[in-house]
Amino acid sequence: MGDQVLADTPFPPSVEDFYLPSIAFGSWVTKFSLLVWLAVAFVIIFFLVAYRNPKLVPTKGQWLAESAYGFIRDGVAKEVIGSDGLRFAPYLTSLFLFIFMANIFGVIPLAQISPMAHIAYPIVLALSTYVLYLYLGIKKHGLGGYLKDRLFPPGAPWPLYVLLTPIEFTQYFITQPLTLAVRLFANMFAGHLILLVFTLGGFVLLGSGNIALAAAGFISFGMAIVMTLFEAIVAILQAYVFVVLTASYIQVSLSDEH
Amino acid sequence: MNLLAEVSGNISSIGYGLAAIGPGIGVGIVFAAYIQATARQPESASLTRTYLFLGFALSEALALFGLVLAFVFRSST
Repeated sequence: MGDQVLADTPFPPSVEDFYLPSIAFGSWVTKFSLLVWLAVAFVIIFFLVAYRNPKLVPTKGQWLAESAYGFIRDGVAKEVIGSDGLRFAPYLTSLFLFIFMANIFGVIPLAQISPMAHIAYPIVLALSTYVLYLYLGIKKHGLGGYLKDRLFPPGAPWPLYVLLTPIEFTQYFITQPLTLAVRLFANMFAGHLILLVFTLGGFVLLGSGNIALAAAGFISFGMAIVMTLFEAIVAILQAYVFVVLTASYIQVSLSDEH
Repeated sequence: MNLLAEVSGNISSIGYGLAAIGPGIGVGIVFAAYIQATARQPESASLTRTYLFLGFALSEALALFGLVLAFVFRSST
C-alpha cells in the first residue's frame, strides 16, 4: 500500500498544481471562474436579501450587512480618506466582501483554492484601483497639477528633484499598483502551496514504510489543520489590507498638499 | 567518480530566503512599535491600527516579491 500512495502523490507541489483542468467550453469555464462568479453572486444576493425589508430593529442578516458596511465606512473610508471618503464607502465595502469571499474559498472544503491564487484576478482588481485613483487625482487637480503634485513634492531644494522625481514616479505609477496585485496574489498562492506541502507531505510520510516517518506524517496533518486556520485569518487580513491601501491611494490623490 | 554528497533543488529558494530577511525584521519592528504605542497610550489603539496594517502590508510586499520571483526564475530542470 505504501509504495502505491507514494507513487500517486504528486510531491513536491509545484506551479502546475494551480492549472486545474477546465470544466466546460474549452478553457472558458474553470474552477476559478466558477468561484469568482459564486463570490460575486454571494455579495449581491447577501446585500439584496439583507436590505429587502429593512427594519428599525435589525434582523440577523440585516445586522450582519450593516456591521460589515459600518466597519468599512467608519474604519476605512472615514478614517483614511476623511469625511470626503463617505462616497467611496459602498465601493470599498463590496470590494472588501468580494475579496474576502474569493480568499476564503481557499479553506472551504470542496473549493479548497482561492481564485486570487491566479495573478489575473488580482491584476484586474489592482487595475480598477489604479484607474480610480488616477482619475480622481486628474479630475481634482487637472493633469498638469496632479503630475506636479506627485512628481515634484513641494518643500525640497531643487537639486534633490533629480533623485526625488524618478523615485516618486516609480512609486506612484509603477510599484503601487504592482504591489497591490502581487501582495494579494502571493499571499493566496503561498497559502495554497503551504497547505499542499503539509497534506501531500503527510501522505508521502505515511506511505514511506518507516514507522518514525509515518508518525511524522500525522504531525504533518496536524500542521495542515493549523495552517488552514491561519489561512482563514490571512484571507480576511488581505481583504482588509487591499481595501485600506485602496483608500489610502485615493486619499493621496485627493489631498491638497503633498 | 564516487559521489559523496549532492545538493539538489533550486538556488532560487535561497534567493527567497535572503529576500525574506529584511521584510521579516521590518514587520517585527512595525508590530513592536504598535504594541509599544498601545501600551503607552491605550486609547490610541484604534487610531493607529490602520497605520499598523499599512506598514505591515508595505514591508511584507518585498518578501512576497521574493516568493514570486523564486518561482518565476527557477530553472526548468
